[in-house]
Amino acid sequence: MAAAEFDIPELKDEIEIPKLREGSMAHAKSFLAGKPVQDFMGYPHELGEDWKERALDKMGDLLGKYRSLKVFLDACVHCGACTDKCHYYIGTADPKNMPVARQDLMRQVYRRYFTTAGKLFPKLVGAKDLTKDILDDWYSYYHQCSECRRCSVFCPYGIDTAEITMAGREILNHVGMGQKYSNEILGKVQKIGNNLGLPGPALEDTLEGLEEDIEADTGVAVKMPLDVKGAEVLLVTPSADFFSEPHVESLIGYAKVFHAAGISWTLSSHASEAGNFGLFNGNYETMRKVAMRIREAALELGVKRIVVGECGHAWRVAYSFWNTLTGIGYGGNDPFSIELQKQLDPTYPQPQHICELTNDLIKSGKIKVDPSLNDDLIVTYHDSCNVARASRMGTEEGGQFTIPRELIQSVVNNFHNMADETIRESTFCCGGGGGLLTDDLMEVRVKGALPRATALNNVVKEHQVNFMATICAICKAQFTKVLPKYGFDMSMVGGVHQLVSKAIKLD
Amino acid sequence: MSTVTMIYAGMFYIATLLLVVGLGYKIFDYSRTPAPLKIPTTPAPITQKGVVYRMAKEVVLFESLFKSNKWIWVFGWLFHMGLFLVLARHLRYFTEPVWFWVNIVQPFGKYASIMMVVGLLGLFARRFLVDRVRYISTPSDYLMLVLLIAIGLSGMMMTFVAHTDIVALKAFFMGLMYFDVQPVPMDPILLVHLALVVLLMVIFPISKLLHAPGIFFSPTRNQADNPREHRHVAAWAARLDQNN
Repeated sequence: MAAAEFDIPELKDEIEIPKLREGSMAHAKSFLAGKPVQDFMGYPHELGEDWKERALDKMGDLLGKYRSLKVFLDACVHCGACTDKCHYYIGTADPKNMPVARQDLMRQVYRRYFTTAGKLFPKLVGAKDLTKDILDDWYSYYHQCSECRRCSVFCPYGIDTAEITMAGREILNHVGMGQKYSNEILGKVQKIGNNLGLPGPALEDTLEGLEEDIEADTGVAVKMPLDVKGAEVLLVTPSADFFSEPHVESLIGYAKVFHAAGISWTLSSHASEAGNFGLFNGNYETMRKVAMRIREAALELGVKRIVVGECGHAWRVAYSFWNTLTGIGYGGNDPFSIELQKQLDPTYPQPQHICELTNDLIKSGKIKVDPSLNDDLIVTYHDSCNVARASRMGTEEGGQFTIPRELIQSVVNNFHNMADETIRESTFCCGGGGGLLTDDLMEVRVKGALPRATALNNVVKEHQVNFMATICAICKAQFTKVLPKYGFDMSMVGGVHQLVSKAIKLD
Repeated sequence: MSTVTMIYAGMFYIATLLLVVGLGYKIFDYSRTPAPLKIPTTPAPITQKGVVYRMAKEVVLFESLFKSNKWIWVFGWLFHMGLFLVLARHLRYFTEPVWFWVNIVQPFGKYASIMMVVGLLGLFARRFLVDRVRYISTPSDYLMLVLLIAIGLSGMMMTFVAHTDIVALKAFFMGLMYFDVQPVPMDPILLVHLALVVLLMVIFPISKLLHAPGIFFSPTRNQADNPREHRHVAAWAARLDQNN
């Protein structure tokens, strides 16, 4: 079904904070998940008579399990610091896309049913009974949040709207209002092993084809091993890398890096997906189940290292949560963790980001690169939200900003940052993260990309930038689709390892 | 003992009880609720010491707010620092002999009340002047500012315009503390000031004033960024490991 027509915002010289336009995005609703999808996930597929009790029970359950939710719902003072920080508010002007207003959709219900003040004086403190209209608002606006955490940087109490959005989606799932896009993906990854639903044999064919392409292109037999027991490295990468453009160019880049460095590596058909949409839905157990496939593959293949490809939310889950969820990491002294730890090589961080690995290899001279091979490009770098604000690379605070930039600048000669207030911890989401990368939310995606498009446009005008590198599969898919609406060429977006791939010397 | 004294003594005892029990319960509740995942907003400190430094900058300097919005920061910081100095100055009504540092703060505390009220007026103005902030404001958001401004102005009246009987007032509070109730001075401005303070104490644990303890429990600010080195598992989540 074609998405509704809408106006593409006009690019201005600066990112402008719009005046409120109430209700301007109330119509944006992504498709609801149907029965088979919800059944598999163990959720109902329609509202039952008891939906209100179910919703409130789930809210109470989450309030007991997540301190973040409890503290964040209590602590907000409505100061307004976050109101102009969300890319969806900037792009749509809908006040319910201001982080605090998005939180208040849940806070009004929390206050009514879980706080003394809201039970006694609902009008005074803005507490409201849970109604179907409010539930519809949740569905609409909790799917206009990419969980990018930009608001949490600027909140004096660190309130992270992503935590509220995740809880909101989890409650919606429990009353039968799941989102088709995310829940279908969660089904595919659990049944087949990746978000695209690409079965093992198809993956094998794809990799063989790529090997042939690389050899035709370079004359060197670079391999893309699959399910090789005893390999040193297990590479876990977003499945988009296997056949989406421009993603696949980065996959070729990783393969060349391993080849040039002489590191034995393998992909896994069981864990052929780094992405983990369990994060977006706020369900710990789903997220854990999806992540467990990587642990299982690592144990099965007997690898010594686990490396993660270019994917933003995957790196958040891998870096921040894998140790918690699956014991991939250090410091655990329980049998579950020790089983894996004694297999992994303690001289490397576990898991390791592909940018950490490649940057170390270049700096130590183990692989050689010629940046002049990228002289046709003038490059900028888009910090992906989950890498920037929810993870790290290297051993220093802020390594997630310096390491990718160091790596880019070692393989290209022309590099320019975008404006300070749009990069590093203040980076703007691409507009398609957090489970919104679906055509039924195209208006939200296009408008949400406005701040990034504005910042990009400025470096294009000032420095003739013609390539924006990023390390996230969702960013790549979103930008190639959405930037053309703002007049940019889709080929100007690609991965950091796409640049490495061009500059690396193979022999 | 006059009826007014009995009412005020009773109000202060009840308000203190509600404040201590209410706030104590909230702090207990926050501390027993697990944070199952590592979610510091990065870049975040790598060590626990770094976390203390980050938290100190948030609590004393409002660092994140400074990055966010200079107007809210100016007014918010003026109000909070003003309030802090004013509260410190008020310790002299509750201590005998008065602690030496309270005497040092005394002259600053007097003028800090101006900072406090100016900050509050600025925050109040933003509530109806900025369309985004107006949209999110509830009646309680305005009333909270009105309450604090009224407390500040009634206090300033007694400091700068019509002095109250401060010796008798101190006797009243020392009496409350030692369960030997003394008469409250029958000054209307003082009685208004005290009644408003009682109201503030009562609503503290059930209102957005919970941001004060809340910030210390905020996982995005109080966690160290070391998930690859330390395994972090909540009790309810650890049970899942055993099923494997």
